[in-house]
Amino acid sequence: MMFVPGNNPGMMADAHIYGPDSIMLDLEDSVTMAEKDAARLLVYNALKTIDYGDTEMVVRINPLNTPYGHKDVEAVVKAGVDVIRMPKTETADEVRELEAEIIKVEEELGCVGRTKIMAAIESALGIVNAYEIATASKRMMGIALGAEDYTANLKTPRTPEGSELLLARETIVVAARAAGIACFDTVYSNLDDMETFRKEVELIKNLGFDGKSIINPRQIQVVNEVFAPKQKDIDKALRIIAAIKEARAKGSGVIAVNGKMVDRPVVLRAERVISLAVASGILNEEELS
Amino acid sequence: MRNTKVVTLEEAIRRSGLKDGMTISFHHHFRGGDKVVNMVVAKLAEMGFKDLKLAASSLSDVHAPLIEHIKNGVITGISTSGLRGELANEISHGLMAEPVVFRSHGGRGSAIANGELHIDVAFLGASSCDELGNASGCPRSENAKSICGSLGYALPDAKYADHVVVLTDDLVEYPNVPKSISACDVESVVVVDSVGDSSKISSGAIRDSKNPRDILLAQQAAKVIINSGYFEDGFSIQTGTGGASLAAVKYIRESMIEKGIKASFALGGITAHMVKLHEEGLIGKLIDVQSFDKVAAESIASDQLHQEVSAVEYASADNPGSAVHALDIVILSALEVDVDFNVNVLVGSDGIIRGAVGGHPDTAEDSALSIIVCPLLRGRIPCVVPKVTTLITPGAGVDVVVTEYGIAVNPRRPEIAERLKAAGLKVVDIHDLAAKATSVIGVPDPLPFGDKVVGVVMDRHGKVLDRIYNIK
Repeated sequence: MMFVPGNNPGMMADAHIYGPDSIMLDLEDSVTMAEKDAARLLVYNALKTIDYGDTEMVVRINPLNTPYGHKDVEAVVKAGVDVIRMPKTETADEVRELEAEIIKVEEELGCVGRTKIMAAIESALGIVNAYEIATASKRMMGIALGAEDYTANLKTPRTPEGSELLLARETIVVAARAAGIACFDTVYSNLDDMETFRKEVELIKNLGFDGKSIINPRQIQVVNEVFAPKQKDIDKALRIIAAIKEARAKGSGVIAVNGKMVDRPVVLRAERVISLAVASGILNEEELS
Repeated sequence: MRNTKVVTLEEAIRRSGLKDGMTISFHHHFRGGDKVVNMVVAKLAEMGFKDLKLAASSLSDVHAPLIEHIKNGVITGISTSGLRGELANEISHGLMAEPVVFRSHGGRGSAIANGELHIDVAFLGASSCDELGNASGCPRSENAKSICGSLGYALPDAKYADHVVVLTDDLVEYPNVPKSISACDVESVVVVDSVGDSSKISSGAIRDSKNPRDILLAQQAAKVIINSGYFEDGFSIQTGTGGASLAAVKYIRESMIEKGIKASFALGGITAHMVKLHEEGLIGKLIDVQSFDKVAAESIASDQLHQEVSAVEYASADNPGSAVHALDIVILSALEVDVDFNVNVLVGSDGIIRGAVGGHPDTAEDSALSIIVCPLLRGRIPCVVPKVTTLITPGAGVDVVVTEYGIAVNPRRPEIAERLKAAGLKVVDIHDLAAKATSVIGVPDPLPFGDKVVGVVMDRHGKVLDRIYNIK
């Protein structure tokens, strides 16, 4: 998920050419008070006029308790955004308040249920309430960590190894999995240190995150490389899937690959590897069928 | 006897027999740091010359003082490869009565060789020269003040001009070898404080572009090359100096190492990037018509396998011995490409001249594979358009256009399109690219051109290709 400032038309027009899975146009922290209205108009028009193809479009709105939040919701729902990202989410009630706002606009348009919600958790209270937030609405598609505000709230600095974020990250992954939605890690801002960035991406992938927030197209390749499954894992997954198909054809209930019994978690992991391989462009779906 | 050639600039001009109406010539190897053109033309103005025709291999921002000399009637005609800055702006608005004649580097070499462009007196800057006139772009003493490396664009002038004056900021002991310009072609040697500021040839350092769009374009261009069918042991290559071109070299290098492929030679303007690949053993020889930075200039001074060529040897269309005929792959840039694959590298989308023909049409036409790397959009300016503002390189010689929105292959080269598709690259119709640009930006208003011809573009065979009109 690539963050793009909502007050920069050039970047908004170009963002999708780098192939991010989703683009988050930002109306919140990257836009100054004086430019809030102009940015909202720009984002509205970008969503209406630029052909972003299959890229999932997200807009980060201002909090609803600011003078801008409600207008942001109205504009981006009318522009047909896929997902609204709510910043600094601390309670499930805040999600429900946003949902009510979205419904108001969707009813006016006659498209109730179209807009999904992603909640960014950026405080200790938000982490404590993570599961309630994740399950606050059927529209919830994911939760994300916002580390800068979170560490400020914890009264600790951000370190390269990220030990201060471990609890928050694990909590978010567990809450998302329990709720059956996606989870996304925070941004890494030092563009000159790709090595630490890569380590961070490896860490969060192993923790179970579905994706990483990025601030520059140069980071996309690293995320894709880390998340793309290795060839030996793909081969193994393909063998497992083939064995399942064969066993089903034979009517056999017990499946073994290379002498090892294949149970349900193994199958689920194999399916996830295959879907990641397809998403990374290593496998194409035609080959699978 | 030996010192008779070394004289003052004024004396050299007097000896040359220069008269009003004649043609004087210059090279542009010091690029933005050139001091020779302004110095010589100021002296000619002071001596009262009028109606001179200036034949430069190229002109740039630094030559803005020519505006006054044009207004005063000292210079009444210009031929060049490029024009930039305030001089270009004034000429685009109709400063000169006579249109500027634009030629490619190969086209200029041919025109000088076949007499179409006759030079009466050539004024050629050199970083070292002995008292008989053996001159080089390489420094040869501790007192050296400048370095420009190859003097490739000056060599046709030295060979064919009626009278040759070398200007140098380092007069060295005879013999100044190896030489670029032979003493036998030189009539006078003038010692000056400075012929050029070498630091302005380029930034002089290898820097990797961090612009994500340049990186994307470079990766795509490299993939095109690697999958084109021409990427095999012994291939030859030429690249430009733009961010995307230089970055492409980086990705090609990785693939060469991985696949064990080596290039036989790199051609054209040589950069530090190419020198690095050569020193790593990935490129056999460097054929250098112009050293694009200090690293390249220093390399040509010390490396036998890094050789200078003249503009004729580099890119003449008429001469079957020119190097472009042996060139496999060239990566080029563009201001605009149109749906017929025609390219404009000279006139901006505001109608103002802001570029150079360079070796673009020469290399595009004669190479086996020409690749144009060009963003679809530069801010609010579309770069793939229905029709180019000015035709510089005809589409017949252009094979592939790489943009951030996809790769277009000239329908004349279906086999290349097939190879790229098979490699999984996004091959699109160039009409769709133009339509995409329009969909984002809209249709720009037509440019307010007048009816006065301010420039004539010659093709590399000596025929008129296009005309540039004054912008209002």
